[in-house]
Amino acid sequence: GGMAAAALLLLLVAAGPGAGRAGSERERLDALREELLLSPLPTGDVAATFQFRTRWDADLQRGAVSHYRLFPKALGRLVAALGVRELHLALTQGFWRTRYWGQPPLQAPAGAELWVWFQPTVTDVDKAWKELSNILSGIFCASLNFIDSTNTVIPTASFKPLGLANGTDHHLLRYAVLPREVVCTENLTPWKKLLPCGSKAGLAVLLKAERLFHSSYHSQAVHIRPVCRDASCLAVSWELRQTLTVVFDFFSSGQGKKDWSLFKMFSRTLTDTCPLASQSKVYVDISPKNKEKELLEVSPPPTSVHEAIVQGDKKTYAVYDLLSPSLFNTSRSLNVQLKWKRPQDSSEMPIPTLHAQRYVGGYGLQTGEICTLIYNTHPYRAFPVILLETVPWYLRLYVHTLTIITKGKENKPSYIHYQPAQDRRRPHLLEMLIQLPANSVTKITIQFERALLKWTEYPPDPNHGFYVGSSVLSALVPSVTAMKDMDVEQSPLFTSLFPSSDGSSYFVRLYTEPLLVNLPTPDFSMPYNVICLTCTVVAVCYGSFYNLLTRTFHVEEPSRGGLAKRLANVIRKFRGVPLL
Amino acid sequence: MAAAVPGVSWARGAVAVLLLLLGCCGPELAGGLQDQAEQFFRSGHTNNWAVLVCTSRFWFNYRHVANTLSVYRSVKRLGIPDSHIVLMLADDMACNPRNPKPATVFSHKNMELNVYGDDVEVDYRSYEVTVENFLRVLTGRIPPSTPRSKRLLSDDRSNILIYMTGHGGNGFLKFQDSEEITNVELADAFEQMWQKRRYNELLFIIDTCQGASMYERFYSPNIMALASSQVGEDSLSHQPDLAIGVHLMDRYTFYVLEFLEEIHPASQTNMNDLFQVCPKSLCVSTPGHRTDLFQRDPQNVLITDFFGSVRKVEITTETVSLDREVAGFESKFPEEELATEPLKYAEQLPVAQIIHQKPKPKDWHPPGGFILGLWALIIMVFFKTYGIKHMKHVF
Repeated sequence: GGMAAAALLLLLVAAGPGAGRAGSERERLDALREELLLSPLPTGDVAATFQFRTRWDADLQRGAVSHYRLFPKALGRLVAALGVRELHLALTQGFWRTRYWGQPPLQAPAGAELWVWFQPTVTDVDKAWKELSNILSGIFCASLNFIDSTNTVIPTASFKPLGLANGTDHHLLRYAVLPREVVCTENLTPWKKLLPCGSKAGLAVLLKAERLFHSSYHSQAVHIRPVCRDASCLAVSWELRQTLTVVFDFFSSGQGKKDWSLFKMFSRTLTDTCPLASQSKVYVDISPKNKEKELLEVSPPPTSVHEAIVQGDKKTYAVYDLLSPSLFNTSRSLNVQLKWKRPQDSSEMPIPTLHAQRYVGGYGLQTGEICTLIYNTHPYRAFPVILLETVPWYLRLYVHTLTIITKGKENKPSYIHYQPAQDRRRPHLLEMLIQLPANSVTKITIQFERALLKWTEYPPDPNHGFYVGSSVLSALVPSVTAMKDMDVEQSPLFTSLFPSSDGSSYFVRLYTEPLLVNLPTPDFSMPYNVICLTCTVVAVCYGSFYNLLTRTFHVEEPSRGGLAKRLANVIRKFRGVPLL
Repeated sequence: MAAAVPGVSWARGAVAVLLLLLGCCGPELAGGLQDQAEQFFRSGHTNNWAVLVCTSRFWFNYRHVANTLSVYRSVKRLGIPDSHIVLMLADDMACNPRNPKPATVFSHKNMELNVYGDDVEVDYRSYEVTVENFLRVLTGRIPPSTPRSKRLLSDDRSNILIYMTGHGGNGFLKFQDSEEITNVELADAFEQMWQKRRYNELLFIIDTCQGASMYERFYSPNIMALASSQVGEDSLSHQPDLAIGVHLMDRYTFYVLEFLEEIHPASQTNMNDLFQVCPKSLCVSTPGHRTDLFQRDPQNVLITDFFGSVRKVEITTETVSLDREVAGFESKFPEEELATEPLKYAEQLPVAQIIHQKPKPKDWHPPGGFILGLWALIIMVFFKTYGIKHMKHVF
């Protein structure tokens, strides 16, 4: 007993200062990096991408972690309790026009998109998925509780994990998209509250809803995944990335002028840094087009210039390091201004290597056709692309009408996975691996028939139409310049979104337009009309017959009359006139 | 000694006088303290909740969303936190494509007051605002997977404010142009709440046409109700904004908002003042109220009993030290085992792996021998029946 007590005391004494030291070391286990990328687009608009990355060197899955510092507790507990390996949630308003704006750094489909990889230890993945969508709907004030089996699919080839993965059994993956979801300030508010500094300091002070939603494209996302802790990659860290991409329109926000500044975009400037951030930078894309000297001038002068190979192309960035003391020397606020040195020629618009569009063909309310056009504008390289289409059950696809035509000839996909829909239970899932020849347009068409829903299944505004979620294109696009292997910690955040395997190509995920389809809609006032008409007919016709048949007639004694009548009769008797 | 004695006697005399004074007004002072203590506990509630519902869809019903958001704004300003407010908006006006100023909802023309603000949390939006969800929120009979922000977690010491607005008629309120809730259903829901002890006192405000019909059927105790118009009258809207193109607010809620802007968390305004808001000259309809089910006199009920939030502060004089020395706190952190070989990222587009992925064969094909045997049997039976001489006709 005494020995045990002495041993315990010794242990405590040893652990005391050790824990104190370890405690202070453990405190610095999580780090926040924030970054803003301003890229002017060929059409005169400007895209601003915010990224806030919290990296936590702890294993959320094992052990009872109870001390949360920078990593938000709501998400940490979600990952631990439900056995989530990777979580990607995006809420988007608008559409990224790849044809005119170029490849996006990270695109999301219109509405809400949620895809999750679960740990192999999860036994009932569907139950965990339902719980997860309910909890996220409470956190982000979005109607994610509408995610159920009618809009969830299990892709087999797309959406491979973006983080560390031991094996990829696709039965642990779930993907759902809600194209009707609206994104507004009530979704931005909880998203901002997850940031360590909130919206009070650092780059997040620029996030004001009135300017962010007055834009052509607004997408906010949350990505949680396990990453390598260091170059040797023997331990796992958890990374939370919050990204927000917004495209300010040249005409409405820019008032027709191509010169942009932080104040013009956000009606605010940067005043100080978030004290919890270990790195806080603003990158401005000043890459010269067509290998000429620079067209774009930035002021105030940047702290440094960074060159990187992003999406297979060499790009130059002006960097403003908010943590460097020289930046806020002259003025308390930083207002980055972009000015064009000479007017831009509109014919110089570069065309991206891969872009796609989708539309509905046909006429009437019975049949239709979904057409997808995929363009490969690379002059001599062909590459494969995976197309994932999720179509709701009420558009009945006819797979025998699926045709893929490239350059006038039929193009047979190397891999097709088709899962037909079950009415009211499961949507259609069509995944194809298509080889795109160089400099070609591929047209994929499939015909469908519209179903008539039960009258209680129509939403309150059925004449608005029904949405079909965007289809997803995943491709390894050949790079113009070979990419070198880079250190994730040193390079900017926007270059380390997708893990790259080799430098000759880069991975890109594009989304097509969502479709709005009208279903045959009944006239909902008809039940009321029918009831009125039927009741009137019944009341008038049958009622009259019933009265005639069942009414009995009997003689009625004339009443003596009231007081007034008797008095009147008395007076009439006197007058000699007949009585009443 | 001569100098000390008068000083001591003076002090003694002063103490005697003081004691006498205390003796005579002792009960008075004690009575005053008791009065103060009683006032502190007068209302009988310990927490406040608010359920704010807008039931109308479509752009031309902008004013109903503005109504609800202005009450939300007042209630938040007076202290009720977002976790205690269940806000249900049937349609999105702020980020509607027809809104010329996105992320704003205005209540005054010339865009003076943006009631949407920058810090808003809507719990039930768009298609989720249905009669079923509304009744489930009130009665607490909610599926277990519902997140906390969507629940009304009130207890028997909660004062609840329920505000509803939309299009209504005599005895019903329309939800999203597709269903209705009747006054009988609402009264029964409140009775369920009373029987489950889900509220201490309830204030029900409704701003629709013929709103008074909705509170006619209440029969549970401790409910006070206000409506913007009597049966047979229409509630009218206040003013349109020509830039936005729709009416911005309803008259009754407009004047209620003006009234509430004067209230601050410590104000002593009572319910009788709220009953006088919007007389017939301003509102065109006649606002009504019902207090017969309420146990306290409306004169004694403060506006902040329902619109504000109770904060009972307890002052303590002992100090609590927040020490950094939390030994053993982080040492509970389990030691991690490092992997033996480096982990790697998955390949994003493993073409070879995808092509050779074989789908699991789900359908069952009968074996070939079975079909052959079956056909042999059929042919044998045929020729046994009709004779072998028919074979040349078949072939």
